[in-house]
Amino acid sequence: MKKLIALFIAFVVPAMALASGGKLMYKADIDLTNTASLQRGAKIFVNYCMGCHSLKYMSYGRMARDLKLSEDMVLENLMLRWGADKKIGAYMTIPMPAEEAKKWFVAVPPDLSLVARSRGKDWLYSYLLTFYVDDKRPFGMNNLTFKNANMPHVLWQLEGLKKAVFRKEKGHDGKEHEVFDRFEYLTKGSMTPDQYKQAVRDLVTFLAYVGEPGRLAHQRLGVWVLLFLAVFFVVAYMLKKEYWRDVH
Amino acid sequence: MMEKKPNALLTWIDARFPLSKMWKEHLSEYYAPKNFNFWYFFGSLALLVLVIQIVTGIFLVMNYKPSATEAFASVEYIMRDVPWGNLIRYMHSTGASAFFIVVYLHMFRGLMYGSYQKPRELIWIFGMLIYVALMAEAFMGYLLPWGQMSFWGAQVIINLFGAISEPLAEWIRGDFVIADATLNRFFSFHVIAVPLILLGLVVAHIIALHEVGSNNPDGIDIKANKDENGIPKDGIPFHPYYTVKDIVGVVVFLIFFFAVVFFKPEFWGWFLEKDNFIPADPLKTPEHIVPLWYFTPFYAILRAVPSQLGGVLMMGAAIIMLFLLPWLDRGKVRSIRYRGGIYKTMLTLFVISFLALGYLGTQPATPILTNFARVFTIIYFVFFLAMPWYTRIDRTKPVPERVTFK
Repeated sequence: MKKLIALFIAFVVPAMALASGGKLMYKADIDLTNTASLQRGAKIFVNYCMGCHSLKYMSYGRMARDLKLSEDMVLENLMLRWGADKKIGAYMTIPMPAEEAKKWFVAVPPDLSLVARSRGKDWLYSYLLTFYVDDKRPFGMNNLTFKNANMPHVLWQLEGLKKAVFRKEKGHDGKEHEVFDRFEYLTKGSMTPDQYKQAVRDLVTFLAYVGEPGRLAHQRLGVWVLLFLAVFFVVAYMLKKEYWRDVH
Repeated sequence: MMEKKPNALLTWIDARFPLSKMWKEHLSEYYAPKNFNFWYFFGSLALLVLVIQIVTGIFLVMNYKPSATEAFASVEYIMRDVPWGNLIRYMHSTGASAFFIVVYLHMFRGLMYGSYQKPRELIWIFGMLIYVALMAEAFMGYLLPWGQMSFWGAQVIINLFGAISEPLAEWIRGDFVIADATLNRFFSFHVIAVPLILLGLVVAHIIALHEVGSNNPDGIDIKANKDENGIPKDGIPFHPYYTVKDIVGVVVFLIFFFAVVFFKPEFWGWFLEKDNFIPADPLKTPEHIVPLWYFTPFYAILRAVPSQLGGVLMMGAAIIMLFLLPWLDRGKVRSIRYRGGIYKTMLTLFVISFLALGYLGTQPATPILTNFARVFTIIYFVFFLAMPWYTRIDRTKPVPERVTFK
């Protein structure tokens, strides 16, 4: 139903549906209804990302409810840095002071509550899969999706280290350009490449959820609204026909 | 005299307020031509969208905070923590774009059937004023979420006033840059001043319409053919005939509207732009600053002119041209159905250039695209400026006595 409607709109207004932005290497292909994936994503986020990135518009309580986690489970396993004052209604903030963060990372690591909406799911997925070793960068890592990003490859222990191999190619302007050819793994991570891809997919699924926690409920409501309107249309149309019978 | 209770109440009211008289004048005895087609749905739909915007707006203001430090977070609060907040907010954001879609189609109807011609000049002028007020309303409303595109979009547009005079831009902003002061005054205008003006203009638009009567797809004056009771032979009472017909239009509209609201509220970045999910940052300019789609035809005209001041003036002229339409058109017939080939060609070219300018306004201004924009800008203006000439020499067809129906 959802897809049908989206398709229909895309068909009616094809010119407006032009995708924007450059090409991305991968498609995230996430499923917001997959609770297990959301739970795994939350775990990765809290363990690996939350040292630097907050989700300040998201509360632990809502996450627990939506991800079908018990409150105790969240309090004990996901609210690690909190003291005795921890409450399930707290927002997912971090204690890192912005001033210090700026010194360490050049820029303050952004809040990621809305990153799936501003960057897009596919961008996030591609970004987390395209880190490579580059000695010229301060953290020794560079990224194909976001060139010269200031973020270190936090998940390197999971993925292992890889280098990017470039080849020379002639562009439209007749000059030679460096084009990405392939990745070559230098060290093994604790996960296989496929496991790592799934882990990143879980993380992106979680971030997509955080970007708009109410989305699924909103869409379920939408189905009922459209069904009602469809029935109402039939009634309204018959009423119009009836009245207009005497107009000649 | 007092057989029925409701009548007694009505009599009491009618002695003090012209309720029955107004009901008759504007609904049950307002005779509209019976041959309205598809294009005649968009007036009532514009009214519907206005109501949607006002009602959802009232609820948004209950939780929105017009402050540079709190605005962005308060919108997210509405989206996440306010019950039904996301629905209300999406209805309002989708409503803004829906308003322009409906109004553009409504205006195009006027162009096709010559609805602006004598004696309906004032209806057209009021309508154009509504359009201008709507642009101001949309522009100022878009600053309120205080996202990156809110901030930088407003920056670009206010700088245009700076091209005329910098003190003027400063006066609009209330600061040297877009800041809290700007947000507060835009909020005030968006929720109080402009809606009041809009409502007043809508009333004037409808009163003027009901004074002279509606035009129709044939462009025939139905009041020229009346029966023995003084009722136009081709007219039918607005209520119930057009009320029941408009309900059908409303339902179809709502199906499209809610399909977007529930399933594609961002509309692939055309209704809610990606960059607007990042809080406003005066130190970081987004890669592409694109105005919302309903402004892009005029934005393309602006960029087509080499000098900025010239561009601003041309953009203003593009809108003034529309105001002058009733006096530029010297045609002997109203409707496209009886116009000659020249007008049909010119209108087609105009529509193509308006759409093309709209597209070009969303694209980066490369030299090739700018040249295209120049060509379409010229066509846009030729449509208006040459109109007194080509509408006079155009070979029109004879107009029938009575409207075509079925």
